[in-house]
Amino acid sequence: MGKRIAKEVSIAVAEAVKQCKVDVIAAYPITPQTHIVEHLSELVANGELDAEYITVESEHSAISACLGSVATGARTFTSTSSQGLALMHEILFIAPALRLPVVMVVANRALSAPISIWNDHGDIMAQRDVGWIQTFAENGQEAVDLVYHAFRVAEDRRVMFPVIVNLDGFNLSHMIEPIELPDQEQVDQYLPPFKPKYKLDPRKPISMGPVGIPEIYTEAKKAQDEAFKNAYKVIVKAWDEFEKIFGRRYRPIETYRMDDAEVALLIMGSLAETAMTAVDKMREAGKKVGLVRIRLWRPFPLRDFVRAVKGVKMLAVIDRALSPGATGGPVAVEVRSALYQVPGRPRIANFIAGLGGRDVTVEDFEEMADKAYFYMKKKPKEPYEMIGVKE
Amino acid sequence: MIEVRLHGRGGQGAVTSAELIAVAAINQGKYAQAFPSFGPERRGAPVQAFVRVSEEPIRTREKIYFPDVVLVLDPSLPSIVNVTAGLKEDGLVILNSNKDEKELRKMLGGWQGKLAVVDATKIALEELGLPITNTTMLGAFLKATGLLDQKYLEEALEERFGRLAEKNKKAMARAIKEIKIYQ
Repeated sequence: MGKRIAKEVSIAVAEAVKQCKVDVIAAYPITPQTHIVEHLSELVANGELDAEYITVESEHSAISACLGSVATGARTFTSTSSQGLALMHEILFIAPALRLPVVMVVANRALSAPISIWNDHGDIMAQRDVGWIQTFAENGQEAVDLVYHAFRVAEDRRVMFPVIVNLDGFNLSHMIEPIELPDQEQVDQYLPPFKPKYKLDPRKPISMGPVGIPEIYTEAKKAQDEAFKNAYKVIVKAWDEFEKIFGRRYRPIETYRMDDAEVALLIMGSLAETAMTAVDKMREAGKKVGLVRIRLWRPFPLRDFVRAVKGVKMLAVIDRALSPGATGGPVAVEVRSALYQVPGRPRIANFIAGLGGRDVTVEDFEEMADKAYFYMKKKPKEPYEMIGVKE
Repeated sequence: MIEVRLHGRGGQGAVTSAELIAVAAINQGKYAQAFPSFGPERRGAPVQAFVRVSEEPIRTREKIYFPDVVLVLDPSLPSIVNVTAGLKEDGLVILNSNKDEKELRKMLGGWQGKLAVVDATKIALEELGLPITNTTMLGAFLKATGLLDQKYLEEALEERFGRLAEKNKKAMARAIKEIKIYQ
């Protein structure tokens, strides 16, 4: 069985990528980059990883190189953050439409302006509709485990979609914590070699990415959407298989102390750990508060989510990103829509917290739960509110 | 759970010290988190780094506001940074200094709690030939807190510094011997 080590999460993620035996890494090497690709470049340079490492001049080029690479049948990885992810935007849509299973780790960070290098989910929420499978890690162990899962799912012939693994910038990317890295044999057992049905090969030429005239564009999108929805089953199955080999269990939605909960905090990412501590504290004080965490963001696991919040009176949705002028943060808008047709659905209070590296403390979570209790009796005036704003 | 805040100046290795404490704790079977104060790093400017060590899995991503231990690598910092800010009443301050207890307590704004002092700059200059005190101060941390096993800290040094580890281990051992602890 694997080895328990103390590692910075970014370094551990790079080690996991190495264990996945990637063929190509293309990345923009400077800010806003992380140690993930820096460490991978070291592994390639010193011969520990037999891969092609392409240093490019921008993130736009990085993701473009990744698409070309994976189209030839090479297992391909990249990583970025914040403004770098934004620069990839144009190309991100093309990967799922061409069914090109790149894997990317995004260390979630705020977007400018003001200039910020700190953590929130603003970068990834701007990429909500690009059509990639998206997961969110709670801690270093999960970030590593989601990397193995990402390659396995992406390259499955029933899926063939790119995957983004999200991990909180700094809060996770720069954290040193205990992580169990599995043995190479376990990874090999879990992750078969990448064998795409169609690939770019000069001996057997095919075209990828032709024009979609109005007569076929809709059908192409319908086919993409159906395939994307069907990916759900493979995603969950791949977690079942993961549990068999590695012993750790992952589900699309996680719940914590949700039995008989009246109020549920809903969050994505690493702050769920702080929220758990807050839930424990509130439970001790007799408050029926629980926690729901979304691990699989796209495709959204509607049924799992509805099941998780069944019986809850008030859902306190904590968004780590702002959608100016919208009816809520991106997560709140999503779940409000998901619950609209559900009989006996919970009501929703939406809080925007932890923008641009602002700390979200146990007390902040308690405050949000208290507000949610208050809003059970009195409807909130605004559809969402920001937490921790200095007057 | 023990929460530690390290004060240093950019380039003195406060972040490395935090990392080494976490590595030693984790290799000893404990749980730990180590993290820098995220932000632009400037050489010579006051910086902070943080460590949590626990017997149980750590379930928080909060910053550390109320540390149990403060470890100060640079002798000039206590007079310009409030190093005892948020420190718990029964907390511990570990300083690098050649000054006496009375003077140091005055410098710390009248801190009456636990205090440990070692002249780490002198030790580092003699053992390493450089005024880089982070590994020396690890010895002070080890002795003053009793939190870690020396063996694991030495292994962490070996893994991190390779052939330079010997000198650093010596500096650490001297701090363990020369430290003065005041209740």
